[in-house]
Amino acid sequence: MSWKQSPGGRAFLRNLWTENPVFRQVLGICSTLAVTNLLKNTLIMCLGLIFTAGLSSFTVSLLRRHTPRQVRMMVQVLVIAAYVIVVDITIRAFFPEIHKVIGPYVGLIITNCIIMGRCEAFAAQNPALPSLLDGVGAGLGYTFVLMSIAFVREILGFGTFFGMPLPARELWWHQWTIMVMPPGAFFMLALFTWAANSRAVVPEKQTP
Amino acid sequence: MTPLLAAVGTAAPPTGALQLLVILFAAALTDNILLTRFLGMCSFLAVSRQMKTSLGLGVAVVFVTTCTAGLNYLVHRYITVPLRIEFLEYIIFIVVIAAFVQLVEMVIERISLPLYFALGIFLPLITVNCAILGVSLFMLNKQGYGFLQCTVFGLGSGLGWMLAIVLMAGIRQRIRLDKVPRGLHGAGLSLIVTGIIALAFVGFSGMVKF
Repeated sequence: MSWKQSPGGRAFLRNLWTENPVFRQVLGICSTLAVTNLLKNTLIMCLGLIFTAGLSSFTVSLLRRHTPRQVRMMVQVLVIAAYVIVVDITIRAFFPEIHKVIGPYVGLIITNCIIMGRCEAFAAQNPALPSLLDGVGAGLGYTFVLMSIAFVREILGFGTFFGMPLPARELWWHQWTIMVMPPGAFFMLALFTWAANSRAVVPEKQTP
Repeated sequence: MTPLLAAVGTAAPPTGALQLLVILFAAALTDNILLTRFLGMCSFLAVSRQMKTSLGLGVAVVFVTTCTAGLNYLVHRYITVPLRIEFLEYIIFIVVIAAFVQLVEMVIERISLPLYFALGIFLPLITVNCAILGVSLFMLNKQGYGFLQCTVFGLGSGLGWMLAIVLMAGIRQRIRLDKVPRGLHGAGLSLIVTGIIALAFVGFSGMVKF
């Protein structure tokens, strides 16, 4: 059995495109919009999310036989919150100036529906290793969308790429202020969803 | 100039009841938690199909943000800061919110069954609504907020969220039958409409300083 056919591998690949958490399932929109001003902030946020999604799916899966059904939500939230605290302390220690900007959004990874969704939909029924892959896959799918949006927003809004000014930008570049402001985030995500859905949806039955 | 504008226009921050009023309007309009901070988007997109359910969820969010903002401020002031366990605040806040929601659900079930059935499905949803946790996290970043200010900030944020979801539900009911490109159905169209509403709210910015 090749790697792609194993349950973990299949879950991993599915999360990248056909069931991408952001534009197919419309989950985790809050941070998608909030942190995509600058590529650097986005990258750090995404690494935090991949870490949390992978390890909390792993842990929830390990605990799945010992968790009573009624309190499983609470257990999942506590597991996620524990990992988010680790991420928060790490960012605070190594990137203090970025933490000032995205600080509250790091805390909000706890209520990011992608992680809860993966724990509930996959990790609660599957063994630990496939769950880990599933979580990381969801994180990478999220990263892919966020980095694409941040790429456009940073270039149009600030004229920089990872904080470096574009070559000879005084000559040709003109600032799109709207890309820095909140509405720019909404429009970019809408355009991305549109483009991705037009490509990704092979004419299956579309529910209205 | 009216007294309100005069007080807001000066450099010194307004005090007393006026300050609370300014916080309320700032949180609801200029600093709208949904349209400028992007919090609570998931339930916003999922629930805003109908006016009635949007209103129900909106009222529930207003109530829960107001109370949990006050509660979490007290927890922050009297428990986590004296004990130096601020790093545990995420866990503690989310537990406070979940416990409060559970409590409200039980109380409502006892007192008023019609209200329980009207709000029933929305209350559990609120625990994972990031707007609620977001209010608690953002208010700690504001300098010099006391118990009253935090509670009013929670109330204003909740009202702002409710305003946004009700506006959105009204628009979505109108455009439900319109023809749009296939890939734009659902989330894409909602996001564009939200972007336009957000553009309108940008017009409020700079009206109040706080």
